[in-house]
Amino acid sequence: MSLRKKNKNNSLLNDAWRVLKKNKAAATSAWVMVVMGLMVIFGPLLSPFALDQTDWYQISIQPDLASGHIFGTDDLGRDLFVRVMHGGRISLMVGLVATMVSVIIGVSYGSISGFVGGKTDAIMMRVVDVLYAMPFLFFVILLMVFFGRSIFLIFVAIGAVNWLDIARIVRGQTLNLKGKEFIDAARTGGATTARIVFKHIVPNLLGLVVVYVALTVPQVILVESFLSFLGLGVQEPMTSWGALVNQGARQMETSPWMLLFPGIFLATTLFCFNFIGDGLRDALDPKDRTRESG
Amino acid sequence: MGSLKFVFSRFLGAIPTLLALVCLAFFLVKAAPGGPFDMERSLPEEVEANLRAAYNLDDPLPKQLLKYIGDILQGDFGPSFQYRDFNVTELIMSGFPVSLRLGATAILIALFFGTLIGAVAALNQNTKIDYVVMFFGMTGISVPNFVMAPLLILLFAIFLNLLPAGGLGDGSASNMILPVAALAFPQVAYIARLTRGSMIEVLGSNFVRTAKAQGIPMQYIVLRHVLKPTLLPIVSYLGPATAAIITGSVVVEQIFGLPGLGRYFVQGALNRDYTLVLGVVVFYGCLIIFFNLLVDILYGFIDPKIKTNR
Amino acid sequence: MDKILSVDNLNVSFNTRGTIITAVNNLSFHLQKNEVLGIVGESGSGKSQTVLSLMGLLESNGGATGSAVFKNKEILGLSDKELNKIRGNEIAMIFQDPMSSLNPYITIGEQMSGVLRQHSKDNKKEARDRCIEMLSAVKVPSPDKRIDGYSFELSGGMRQRVMIATALLTSPDLLIADEPTTALDVTVQEKILDLILEVKEKFLMSVILITHDLGVVARTCDNVLVLKNGIKQEYGSAEQIFYSPEAEHTRELLFKSRELDEPLQKTEPNIEPQTSASIKGLSVFFPMPKRNFISKAEHLKAVNNLSFDIKEGEILGVVGESGSGKSTLARSLLKLQKPTGGSISIFGENILKMNNKQTKKFRKNIQVVFQDPFSSLNPRMTVSEILAEPLDSFFPKTTKKDATQIIKNCLGDVGLEAGFLGRYSHELSGGQCQRVAIARALISKPKLLVCDEAVSALDASIRAEIIELLLKLKQHKKLTMVFIAHDLAVVKKICDRVLVMQKGVLIEQGETNTVFQAPSNQYTKNLLNSVPVPDPRLEKEKYLKRLSNRN
Repeated sequence: MSLRKKNKNNSLLNDAWRVLKKNKAAATSAWVMVVMGLMVIFGPLLSPFALDQTDWYQISIQPDLASGHIFGTDDLGRDLFVRVMHGGRISLMVGLVATMVSVIIGVSYGSISGFVGGKTDAIMMRVVDVLYAMPFLFFVILLMVFFGRSIFLIFVAIGAVNWLDIARIVRGQTLNLKGKEFIDAARTGGATTARIVFKHIVPNLLGLVVVYVALTVPQVILVESFLSFLGLGVQEPMTSWGALVNQGARQMETSPWMLLFPGIFLATTLFCFNFIGDGLRDALDPKDRTRESG
Repeated sequence: MGSLKFVFSRFLGAIPTLLALVCLAFFLVKAAPGGPFDMERSLPEEVEANLRAAYNLDDPLPKQLLKYIGDILQGDFGPSFQYRDFNVTELIMSGFPVSLRLGATAILIALFFGTLIGAVAALNQNTKIDYVVMFFGMTGISVPNFVMAPLLILLFAIFLNLLPAGGLGDGSASNMILPVAALAFPQVAYIARLTRGSMIEVLGSNFVRTAKAQGIPMQYIVLRHVLKPTLLPIVSYLGPATAAIITGSVVVEQIFGLPGLGRYFVQGALNRDYTLVLGVVVFYGCLIIFFNLLVDILYGFIDPKIKTNR
Repeated sequence: MDKILSVDNLNVSFNTRGTIITAVNNLSFHLQKNEVLGIVGESGSGKSQTVLSLMGLLESNGGATGSAVFKNKEILGLSDKELNKIRGNEIAMIFQDPMSSLNPYITIGEQMSGVLRQHSKDNKKEARDRCIEMLSAVKVPSPDKRIDGYSFELSGGMRQRVMIATALLTSPDLLIADEPTTALDVTVQEKILDLILEVKEKFLMSVILITHDLGVVARTCDNVLVLKNGIKQEYGSAEQIFYSPEAEHTRELLFKSRELDEPLQKTEPNIEPQTSASIKGLSVFFPMPKRNFISKAEHLKAVNNLSFDIKEGEILGVVGESGSGKSTLARSLLKLQKPTGGSISIFGENILKMNNKQTKKFRKNIQVVFQDPFSSLNPRMTVSEILAEPLDSFFPKTTKKDATQIIKNCLGDVGLEAGFLGRYSHELSGGQCQRVAIARALISKPKLLVCDEAVSALDASIRAEIIELLLKLKQHKKLTMVFIAHDLAVVKKICDRVLVMQKGVLIEQGETNTVFQAPSNQYTKNLLNSVPVPDPRLEKEKYLKRLSNRN
């Protein structure tokens, strides 16, 4: 029997996956997100209309299968379906990229702080406390105002807003792990600090990180939508769900579909990620795993 | 340590945060391209002169920073870029009372209903009531307030014609109902979830089992044993909750057309009114820091573990 | 003598996701007035579930059938409202973990008077006075101050006294104590058990005492009920159970608890063996958080000026209660903790003066087995990866083929087959995890093995197996061992010499037999005497002696 072959069927992640599948809300959400992902990628390709194609003869018409505008058009005659799909691409992409930024910053910061401990930890956490108190979003807006609205800046700025929570949680878990005996055992077993961090601490953080990725994505999408809604997010011709909701809100008395479609897509995405995140968090909670003793 | 020393030490702890905030703001202004200090930009003579005077641009950097801090301490945030006749302080003073009314009401409602709903859910865990509450909670945190607000307007103002669609009107309560609802809703949901989680954890504690074994009926157990530990995390959350309400007020004031500070902020952002935007950020930042300080101190008086150590 | 409690055909079962698990099967017993009944069994025997069902405190997925008549009234199946008249009033219960059983967020007084408010008509002042009175009855010092204090300001023993005081407020007819002293130090345990007996006499109560420790049963109980897997094995007087047990399981339990009394056959005569290690003046001080800026920093003296030798080939025991510093000592030896002062010389090298590189190389000579089998293995690594790690660090030049063989052999040495290689720690039992931990320790071929409470967290039956394994390996691999434990019986059985520690100070050291049979220090004498022995007559003698010493 090869030493290298792990018993894949019983590793922690697979256990978690099995429990997650049982959580109907989370499993359904996962499928919905897959469908949505496919829609935003392939949807615009299926439509005969382009993103910024204005049609002055079809301004603000209701959803109408005959004309091919299945979601209707906006006040400039642009097909809403295509716009919602494109908006989805931006919203989801910002969601994933900015989350990655948050997670990378948060995990690095939290694990270093927790692992090094002592004064360094105290100072690093004080910094987190100070930053936590700031109206961070306002600072992001400040940055947008002062430095312009490149999409790159949006990714980084939004990512920089959410790393605090992750850093705190990761630090807590790192401290928890540091006290466990297998870390001491690794040290007496001759492991270097680097090895301890990468082979012992980080793999045991992964579960937590996965949960927080799922929970951060909706927060990040929310921030981006918020900025776009205020007119501070992505610029035309790019659009996002937040920007579409902004436009839709202004026209809502006469063309409610302009608000409803992007609103529904946005809300659904947020719902789904929150369900998945909650489900993962319950699944990976170590207290739930039963054990026999002796 | 004594109560006074405790309060004092907490105050001291807040000062670095305040300083950090102001310095950060100051340096951002200095660094911004097209900002008040960008030499390539051209402004009418008048404004240039005002700026130079206001910011002492010829002085060395540390001196400028000190002057800036000094000005802020006196409540002077400088002249507004947009509204040539006003300075930022006047704008803040005119917008803040509206936002205060909106935000304070929203937070009180969020606290009251959030904890109530969360507690009901926790005490009826895994029953229909619980699922309904949890669904509501999920909705609250998943539907952004800028989606919720227009929907509320659509429903109550347009279709049902019960409430005004916006504006401050005569300042009566009916103008505040929808904005407060839109602003409070996500926080009610979050606090409900938080309370529910906290209470479920406390209900599973060994000391609750002890109380049951002592023959104390459930309602007294909840009141005497469970309530306090459940609410402690909620108290801690008050700080971030305020920050969230302030952030949310920006959107709500925009949608409902309320002349609050948030609205000025957004207009300022869109029109590149640096001093106004900066002033609002510093103002709100100080407010949050101060509020967090109050919460911190309050917590120290409530949590026995901290209370006995001070 | 009337019966105060009569249980007939009690069945307790749980419905977990469709499967029904029976925790207690057809159990019948009764309790007289002023009787102490011990319910004894290993974990999973159903002892706790029995009493929880009587109190109506089962989990929501549990149910009980049968009959339980208390003071001529059927209490099984009563509504919460009805039960609340009896619970905390006529039947009181104290639990195992005093730390979490008291509410840390409200004062002691509030918790205690809460009970009085519920079951009596006392007003605020009367209730408070009664509480203070009861606190002094259980010998809590400064009761008038403690009553306004919080539970976290008290030690474990004190908290248990508070729990007993609360239970006595309503002068209950029956006190149920579920493992009341399991989490306490052995000297504290003695005092709490004596207290329970004292209040039983004073208040004319009946007591049901649940425990897994037969010594505790022998010390306190009139009658004994032995359970295994929820089924009654034997039920009779203490005399009968201990001196003429009938059931096989009873005999098994007695054998296991007395087994450790048999002295170990020491095979090699010790002719002044070499000194493996020499510890001189070792001190480890931890700074305590300062109360304010002005006062001087105080230190917790975990280890205070310790000096002793470790002789080659011996098993050196280190015993002491919680706070004695034994674990800190172990960590210092392993260089996991930096000492504040003193020197540690192992195999002729001063380990405290080594730099990181030298330390890393030296580590292969000293290895450790920790207390908690589950948290000492990385949950994300397979058994083979866990074993490969030290091999990789200390013998990096080993070829893959050789490594595989070495690892398999190592597993075999600890009694596990190659099939375990791909498993994760959460798939193994406690005993199996500990075997893996031992294998990991031995794979680097150390000369000195530190066992830090290595068997304390294991069930009694597994404990014996692991001890046997350790002894076998010690012989085989010619190890020197430092064996840290709070369980004196285990130390007595396997250690050649023993150190006794209290609050960081070395109280006594010497040959095991000498220290145990003729201790020179009073603390050691108290410690040894406190350990309850599974011999009711002997325990009775000790009890009477203690009573007379007090008067």
